[in-house]
Amino acid sequence: MLQALEGSQAVAQAVALCRPQVIAAYPITPQTHIVENISKLVADGKLQCEFVSVESEFSAASLVLGAAIAGSRAYTATSSQGLLLMAEVLFNIAGLRVPMVMTCANRAISSPLSIWNDQQDSMSMRDCGWIQLHCADNQEAVDTTIQAYLIAERTELPVMVCMDGFTLTHTLETIDIPTSKQVDSYLPPYQFSRTLDPRNPITLGTCVAPEFYSEARHSQHQALLKAQAEIVAVDQEWLALTGRQMGGLLTVEGPAEAKVAILSIGSVIGTLRAALEEIPPPQPVKLIKLRAYRPFPMDALKVACEGLEEVIVLERAISPGLGGIVGLEVLAALSELPNPPRVHNFAAGLGGRDIPLTILPRLLSALNNEETASRRFSVIDVELAKLPMEDR
Amino acid sequence: MIEIRIHGRGGQGNVVAAYLIAMAAFEEGRYGQAFPNFGAERRGAPVMAFVRIADKPIQQRNQVLAPAFLIVQDQALLQIPGVTDGLLANGKILVNSNLTSAVISAQLRKEVIAIPAANLAKQVLGRPMPNTALLAAFFSLTGLLSLESLAKVLKHRFKDAVLEKNLQLIEQAAQQIQAGLWQRSNSNSTNQEEAVHATST
Repeated sequence: MLQALEGSQAVAQAVALCRPQVIAAYPITPQTHIVENISKLVADGKLQCEFVSVESEFSAASLVLGAAIAGSRAYTATSSQGLLLMAEVLFNIAGLRVPMVMTCANRAISSPLSIWNDQQDSMSMRDCGWIQLHCADNQEAVDTTIQAYLIAERTELPVMVCMDGFTLTHTLETIDIPTSKQVDSYLPPYQFSRTLDPRNPITLGTCVAPEFYSEARHSQHQALLKAQAEIVAVDQEWLALTGRQMGGLLTVEGPAEAKVAILSIGSVIGTLRAALEEIPPPQPVKLIKLRAYRPFPMDALKVACEGLEEVIVLERAISPGLGGIVGLEVLAALSELPNPPRVHNFAAGLGGRDIPLTILPRLLSALNNEETASRRFSVIDVELAKLPMEDR
Repeated sequence: MIEIRIHGRGGQGNVVAAYLIAMAAFEEGRYGQAFPNFGAERRGAPVMAFVRIADKPIQQRNQVLAPAFLIVQDQALLQIPGVTDGLLANGKILVNSNLTSAVISAQLRKEVIAIPAANLAKQVLGRPMPNTALLAAFFSLTGLLSLESLAKVLKHRFKDAVLEKNLQLIEQAAQQIQAGLWQRSNSNSTNQEEAVHATST
């Protein structure tokens, strides 16, 4: 049913529709409203679930790991420093191939301390072995949360649903919340092939000697790669059920003849869409919305970028000492094309800096600017005048 | 699309006000988007919230830089640099103040309507919360959304005595201003421009 809801409230409802059995979380801005809303559903008796208030994110992650292995559908949510505090457990959850879903309300990382939105937190957990799906709006956050459980349980991999903190979590907008009947028909009850059972004891997470460690890592990598097909399939099934689709691994919008594309991730996609309408560029421009960040859709990306001459990657995080993170991965994927497009890489909107519609002409003009075009990466909205000369 | 910016102080229900407008838009079958700009989250600190209303889904998520309307919950904020920045040429300001509209309009050289929203709220609610009174005045002045829709969304948000008193408050607040004064603001401003043109020729 269509409702006007705050993003966090809507995600809480989506989680409840998935009938989780164990939830553990620790509050952190801008994620707090999600678990607050869920705990209210539990307290009001609208959600039958064990809700555990823990003393840290490390415990939250550890608790849901145990719960999922013991046979419960589990959920947690966090942001920023909270995600970093979970880091060790996140690798364990993924390495043990335990299905579960977490929402990451994307936020900058200290230091300097910033409570505001960028995507440094989930990007820094890029290699932990979780599937990472990014949402462009709150409808996607709701639908992706539900899809995430199906993906997780079919692939036996954990899924992180990334949504921009504040920009999505604190925005009230029109959101279609599916019915419990729809979700029940879509998502079967939780089943985990290696559920701990005292009648049939097994050991999980044991020490693996060099004879088998490489094989364990290889098979984990293969599992993530194979998950691409499941991410697409699950979205198709959602389309058949609700008439909505979230764009599988990635989506391409805009005129077929365009030679220029802007690729981005998360809620800035909407701002770019509006900018293309409000400030029509001189040349046709495509928009590529990257939804699956892990697994990274190398093949889908090559298909999406075939025939393009310029690809501008706009991202919300930095790898200091290197530059862009997504940008470099796009560059690597496209280098396999016979005529690879030039890849231009920019970061913007770090630590909550507003990204206005004028970002569009700014990105496009960078193509014709020899200085920026020759540089691999820059923070496009940096105000250098604020910095001492030696830091510019 | 209509863009609105709300300025207030932490604790004055700025985000709630923004959400209520967007919820009322939804009640009337339109699209609403509302979000805060959190600064330091302290009671009393200047804060902003943004609202967009449109007839189709709203794509952009940037801050409202060029609002058609400002709703200002504390008159003192009008003295802070930046608060009126970007207001459209024919943009209008609704402010909670005990001063008259004429005085503040003259100070700012902009079209301002002032209502003593906090005072009214203190009388009716027992607390000087200006937000719902200002919304009632705003809905009535602009005719953008109806007072019935405001009452409806208040019913979603509040209950019991708080709801009853707020419903009473919005009725009283709406009587403080001339309903529809800011309606069809575009045609009004065109008339004004024509009048100016006529005098200069």
